[in-house]
Amino acid sequence: MAELSKNDEPIDATPNVSLVEAVDTHSESEAVEVIEAPVERGEPILQVRNLVKHFPLTQGILFKRQIGAVKAVDGISFDLYQGETLGIVGESGCGKSTVAKLLMNLERATAGEIFYKGQDITRLSGRALKAVRRNIQMVFQDPYTSLNPRMTVGDIIGEPFDIHPEVAPKGDRRKRVQDLLDVVGLNPEYINRYPHQFSGGQRQRIGIARGLALNPEIIICDEPVSALDVSVQAQVINLMERLQDEFNLSYIFIAHDLSIVRHISDRVGVMYLGKMAEIGTDEQIYDHPTHPYTQALLSAVPVPDPEAREHRERIILTGDVPSPANPPSGCRFRTRCWKAQDKCAEEVPILAVPERFRSEDTPAAHESACHFAEEKDVVHAA
Amino acid sequence: MSRPPLSKQDEGDGMTSLDLVPTNAGVDATAPLLEVRDLHVEFKVRDAVTKAVNGVNYSVNAGETLAVLGESGSGKSVTAQAIMGILDSPPGRIAKGEIFFQGQDILSLSEKERRKLRGSKMAMIFQDALSSLNPVLSVGFQLGEMFRSHLGMSRKDAKAKAIELMDRVKIPAAAARVNDYPHQFSGGMRQRIMIAMALALEPDLIIADEPTTALDVTVQAQVMDLLAELQREYNMGLILITHDLGVVADVADKIAVMYAGRIVEHAPVHELYKRPAHPYTRGLLDSIPRLDHKGHELYAIKGLPPNLQQIPPGCAFNPRCSRAQDICLTEVPALAPVTERDGTELVGRGSACHFWKETLHG
Repeated sequence: MAELSKNDEPIDATPNVSLVEAVDTHSESEAVEVIEAPVERGEPILQVRNLVKHFPLTQGILFKRQIGAVKAVDGISFDLYQGETLGIVGESGCGKSTVAKLLMNLERATAGEIFYKGQDITRLSGRALKAVRRNIQMVFQDPYTSLNPRMTVGDIIGEPFDIHPEVAPKGDRRKRVQDLLDVVGLNPEYINRYPHQFSGGQRQRIGIARGLALNPEIIICDEPVSALDVSVQAQVINLMERLQDEFNLSYIFIAHDLSIVRHISDRVGVMYLGKMAEIGTDEQIYDHPTHPYTQALLSAVPVPDPEAREHRERIILTGDVPSPANPPSGCRFRTRCWKAQDKCAEEVPILAVPERFRSEDTPAAHESACHFAEEKDVVHAA
Repeated sequence: MSRPPLSKQDEGDGMTSLDLVPTNAGVDATAPLLEVRDLHVEFKVRDAVTKAVNGVNYSVNAGETLAVLGESGSGKSVTAQAIMGILDSPPGRIAKGEIFFQGQDILSLSEKERRKLRGSKMAMIFQDALSSLNPVLSVGFQLGEMFRSHLGMSRKDAKAKAIELMDRVKIPAAAARVNDYPHQFSGGMRQRIMIAMALALEPDLIIADEPTTALDVTVQAQVMDLLAELQREYNMGLILITHDLGVVADVADKIAVMYAGRIVEHAPVHELYKRPAHPYTRGLLDSIPRLDHKGHELYAIKGLPPNLQQIPPGCAFNPRCSRAQDICLTEVPALAPVTERDGTELVGRGSACHFWKETLHG
C-alpha cells in the first residue's frame, strides 16, 4: 500500500469526476481501487538472469562466416511478481521487443536464464515448453496485422484451444469464446465476424481475448496501445487494468510512451542499447531518476500542459543511438552523456543501488547502472 | 478538378466564420497569411460519398503556430492537402469553400500557378520521411531539385545550396554526406532532410503533418526544437497537424480541435488546456495519462469516431457525449464565440457545442 499513499496528494488534479460515469466498459467501479493493486511480494513468478541475445551477422553465401553480432539484448536481469505490472521503456532498437520474444521463447536466448516458477524455460523443448507457454501469453502491437483476415473472430480466439485442448473440451469452446468476448467488452454475437469488420480498438480487444483464452498467469504486451487513437487508448488501458484485477495477471508492459507506462506499471525498467539502465518503482523512476539516460528521456517527453514549457528543464541529447552491432565500450550511454568521463569508457557500470544512496532511506536508492548516479527531478516543473 | 463556387455567400449549414475579420479579397496588409473559409472536401468512391471535411474555418498569421488536433479520420490532413493543392482528385473534390493565401484566392488559380506557390511560398513536411524521399536519388540531388526547378540553378550551384541547407538543419558533416542516399540516414536525420527541403526556398507557410510521430522522444525533442528555431528565424506561419496533446502544448500558439471534419473548438493554447469549452476536448485531455503523477482510472470517451459516410445527424459527437440532449441529435451546433460568465468575450475562442457554457463554466 506504500505506493498508494505516496501518490495520493496530486490526485485532486484529475478533473471531472462527473464524467467518469461515461466510461464504456462495465464494472469500472471496482477498477478504481485496483489500479496499483499492491503486490504481496512472495516468490517472483518470473526471474530473468543475465539474458543475452546476439543475432549473428554473416558474410558469404555458401560458406557463411560470422563477422559480428547485433547485440540486441546484452545481459539483463529482472524479476516479475504475481499480479504486478512491470513496464519496460526505451527507444527503438534498445532491445525491448527482443526481450518479449525471449520471454515467450519465440527466440532462443544466446545465454542467460529465465526462471518461471523456479524452472529455467530457455532450455525447455517439446511438451515441457508447450506446458509453460500456456501460462505466458502475448498481446501484440499492431491489431491490423496480428489477426488473420481469413479467420472469424471465433476461430482466432478459439485457436489456442486447438493447441491446448485440455483447457476447453470441444463442445464447450464456442461458449468459452463468447464468454471471452464478453469479458473484453465485445458483443458475443460478433463471434462469426471477420477482423476487418472491427475498428482498431475492437481488434485490440480481440487480441487481448485471444491472450486470455488459456487462463495464463503472465501476459506480455508489446506496445499494445501505440497503434490506437488517444480516446480509444484509454478504453483499452482501462480494460487491461480491470482484467489484471479479475484474473490476477502479471503484465510485462513494453511501450515507448512513458506516460502510459507510468499509469499502468508498478515497477518500470529503462533499457538502452540492450542493457537495463535503471529499474525501480514507478515513483522511483519518474520522480527520482538517477540515471542520466532516464533523466534525458523523461525530460524529452512533451507534457500536455502549456505552462510547463517555460518551467521545465529540457535535456536535449545530441546524436543518435549507436549501432547495437558495435556498441561503445564501458557504459553504452557515454557517447551521448553529458557526464561522461574516462571511467565510463573503461568500466561497464553494473546495475545496482548506487553506493552513495545505499545507507539512506530515499526513493533515489534503487538500481541504476551509472558511475555518477545522481538524483534529478525532470518531470515536475520547477 | 471542379472548382468551388467563388461566391462569398455561404448557404449557411450552421457554420459561421467567426474568427475571421471580414476582408475584401485582394491585397490587404492586415489579412492573415492563410485563411481557410468554410472548406468542404468529399471523396466519392463507387456510390458512397465520404465527407472528410465539412466546413472548416481557420487562419494563420506570419510567425504564428496553429496546431490542428484530431484523431485519425478527423479531416486534419485532408484540409492540409486541400491547402497545398495535393488532394487526390478524383476521388477527392473540394465541394465548397475558399482558401486565401496572402490575400489571394488560391483555389481560383491554375494548376501551373499553384505549382509555383508550392515549395516557394508554402511547403509541407510529411510524417514518414523514408517513404517521402526517393530511395534511388541522393539527398543532395533531391534537395538541389528545389533550386534547379524553381530557380533554374545549375547542378553545381544547387549542390552547394543543398550542403548549406543540410548545415542549417544541423546535419553533421553535411559536405561529406550530401551524396548519401536516404537509407544511410537515421530516422531523425531523414526528418531533418525533409525540413531542409521544405525550408529550401524560404516559404512563408509550412504545413507539418505529424512531423515527429515516427520518431523516438529524444529525437522528437531535437526535431521540434529545430523546427521552432527556424520558424522564429524566418518568421514563417506554421500549421502543425498532430494527435499528440503533449507536442501541441509545447509549441503551439493556438489550437483548432477537429472532429468528423469540423472544427469543434479553437482557442489560444493556454486557455484550451486550462478551460476546454467542448466536451470532446475535455474528454481528450482527461483520457491521457500523466507523466508527473499516477492518476486514478483514465477517463475514456465511450464509443468510436464516426463513419464519415454516415455522420450522425445533429452534433457529430452526440453518440459519444455525456452531455448530449435532444437538441444535440437534431441541430448542428455552430462554431460560436465563447464568453465569460459576465459576457466578456474570450478573444480567439470558439466552441461548436450547444452546451459550451456548462462545459466551460462547469
